[in-house]
Amino acid sequence: MILPLEGITVLDFTQLLSGPCASLRMADLGARVIKIEHYETGDMSRNLYGESVDVCDTSAFFQAINRNKESIALNLKLESTKKAILQLVKEVDVVLSNFKPGAMEHLGFGFATLKAINPSIVYGYITGYGSHSPWANKPGQDLLIQAISGLTYQTGNEDYGSVPTGIAVADIIAGSQLVQAVIAALYSGEATEVEVSMLEAILDLQFEPMTLFFQDGEIVKRGNVSGAHPLVAAPYGIYKTQDGYITLAMGSIIKLGELLDCNDLVAYQDSSQWYSKRDEIKQVLTDLLKTNTTKHWLSILEPADIWCAEVFNWEQLIKQPGFEVLNMLQTVQCGNGGTYQTTRCPIRIDGEIITNKVGAPILGQHTESIAKEFNLTFGA
Amino acid sequence: MKLPLEGVTVLEFSQYLAGPYAGLRLADLGARVIKIERPKYGDACRGLVTKNMISDGDSVLFHTINRNKDSFQANLKDANDVATVKKLAKSVDIITHNFRPGIMERLGLNYEVIKEVNPTIIYAEVSGYGAKGPWKDKPGQDLLAQSMSGLTWLSGNDNQPPMPFGIATADMICGTQLVQALCAALLRRKRKGIGAKIEVSLMESILDLQFEGLTAYLNTGKNLPERCASNNGHVYLGAPYGIYKTKDTYIALAMGKLSLLNEALKNEELAPYCEGDLYFTKRNEVKAIIASQLVSETTAYWCNKLDSVGFWHAPVFNYEQLTKSEVYTSLNMQISLERNGETIKTTRCPIRLNQQILSSNKSAPVLGETTERIKKEYKL
Repeated sequence: MILPLEGITVLDFTQLLSGPCASLRMADLGARVIKIEHYETGDMSRNLYGESVDVCDTSAFFQAINRNKESIALNLKLESTKKAILQLVKEVDVVLSNFKPGAMEHLGFGFATLKAINPSIVYGYITGYGSHSPWANKPGQDLLIQAISGLTYQTGNEDYGSVPTGIAVADIIAGSQLVQAVIAALYSGEATEVEVSMLEAILDLQFEPMTLFFQDGEIVKRGNVSGAHPLVAAPYGIYKTQDGYITLAMGSIIKLGELLDCNDLVAYQDSSQWYSKRDEIKQVLTDLLKTNTTKHWLSILEPADIWCAEVFNWEQLIKQPGFEVLNMLQTVQCGNGGTYQTTRCPIRIDGEIITNKVGAPILGQHTESIAKEFNLTFGA
Repeated sequence: MKLPLEGVTVLEFSQYLAGPYAGLRLADLGARVIKIERPKYGDACRGLVTKNMISDGDSVLFHTINRNKDSFQANLKDANDVATVKKLAKSVDIITHNFRPGIMERLGLNYEVIKEVNPTIIYAEVSGYGAKGPWKDKPGQDLLAQSMSGLTWLSGNDNQPPMPFGIATADMICGTQLVQALCAALLRRKRKGIGAKIEVSLMESILDLQFEGLTAYLNTGKNLPERCASNNGHVYLGAPYGIYKTKDTYIALAMGKLSLLNEALKNEELAPYCEGDLYFTKRNEVKAIIASQLVSETTAYWCNKLDSVGFWHAPVFNYEQLTKSEVYTSLNMQISLERNGETIKTTRCPIRLNQQILSSNKSAPVLGETTERIKKEYKL
């Protein structure tokens, strides 16, 4: 398979997660990613997490996000370095950044400058709240963006209060919105400035509940039993069983009652009550499902085409034959020679999965080779 | 503004969320998206009514996900209609569907067949768990994919049951993976002259969403991470990362040095934990101390204190508070769409190109609205 972004070069000024997860996907799809890192400290995510999650001497998080990239360690404040970077910009297709608004311009790398020296450059950047927002200078950090976006009132039960998602979802979704637009711009062949703010990206993630809110201004409640989605009727949720947890997606309460031999469920004949009385119905299910094992319930519900599943943690997940057949894991070798296991790109092209054995670089691993290749002098 | 995907035509057989969300983004970026819908009912999402919100005969959700698209009515159980659709498929650039494995083969609209009549077609399949293996026939539904992927053990506190994200995250993230792949395939076609088959699944996409945590888990002794006893924000981060109740609402605290935090809090109990890695190893104790202090004053009070020392924080908003905030109103996130005299308000595309927002005012189509026009246009 010819990878679709083969021949595309990305000059990546980003650090932490939002930008680097965008350039990771571009690398997966075949682009060459040259990562510019601070010459002393490198990408902040190298050291952000505790040493207990270090892999090959660097944070597992950094290793996951930056595999298959090249690292050049530079002091962006030196004039000679700036000059060399502008020279390099001529040779690349995409420049990415996630500095605070204005920082790239301040460094002399604003879109107008880049476009003047490379007339087809695609310049993509991620901000926290939008470059022209009154909050433009506030930290664009994932949890903070989640907090102001309303997202924390979508997860869990109503009485849990404000609940963030345990994944940096604003970072990741902003990164993937950026990749969409950057590749679309490459397709158009026009020099383009692409901006995605984490706030706009996470509002887009909530476009369904936000749209409903726009119509009636009502804050939807999450319910207090097995809260899983504020807008969906019972039985939608996760339930404890004798030995684990079972998930029920949307479905008929009457059919469920008949299959489980539970008259208290069959009694809810009016399907409009499945939302309005969802806590009551879910409580009946809670009391019933805890009396037997997950396997027992699945053996009744699955053959009847009820939408249900066992709840797995990572340990259980990776032992499943259904997981194994996905071939979701790959082993890569990082810059210091060590190897680690990580996930692969989730996209299949022409029937093939996309893997690559190259792990994350050590800081500045490619400074010299890239200087030589492009005939550059980065400065001391 | 000329949009990057202008001139690209997409046939969308996909229903519900993941595929249509991808179609929506392609439309936002300039593509023409034609939904292929069955007579009478169309996309099942038209009838998926939440909170009784219907506009001009279709659910508000349908309007949101399918704005800026055309609709072509075809009965895929009728050979004549299938032949017409196949003829249409000759002239388009992209096809997406999310039927269960085998259906498109039965209809004679599978990749191999379409490729015969349109050799550079980009053909995408969206599934729940991939085309092979023991999960291939499981319902491709968001909550089930979340539950099986391990994701539900990352949000909420340790004493709470597994907690799914209250947004259809697997669907949404899968849609973004699809758009990335489709744009990349368009670029490859332009440069190399070849079409592509693209496959994405809810499961692979939501595993990718967990790529950092999974990498940490797989390489550091396969110890399952624990959620914090309270105020959990991220299983791999130490205190204070999380959301805390205040006297009136909630406040989010990002990562940062406890010693800096304590310059604002001036809490004697907290002082002994500011050394070494106690912020991580004793995070439950630390969070309990912080929580008991923050609840004593208002969010505005603490924001003020934390601002004065530069500790990263944000107030927590619900949709009502969010939509009244200056940061939100500065984004112009809301658009109005009118169809047959009825208006709905929804969100726009989160991407800005050349500093302009992308906001189309084309509403979702009435079922079959453009059938005749398309027949004429493509001489069907």
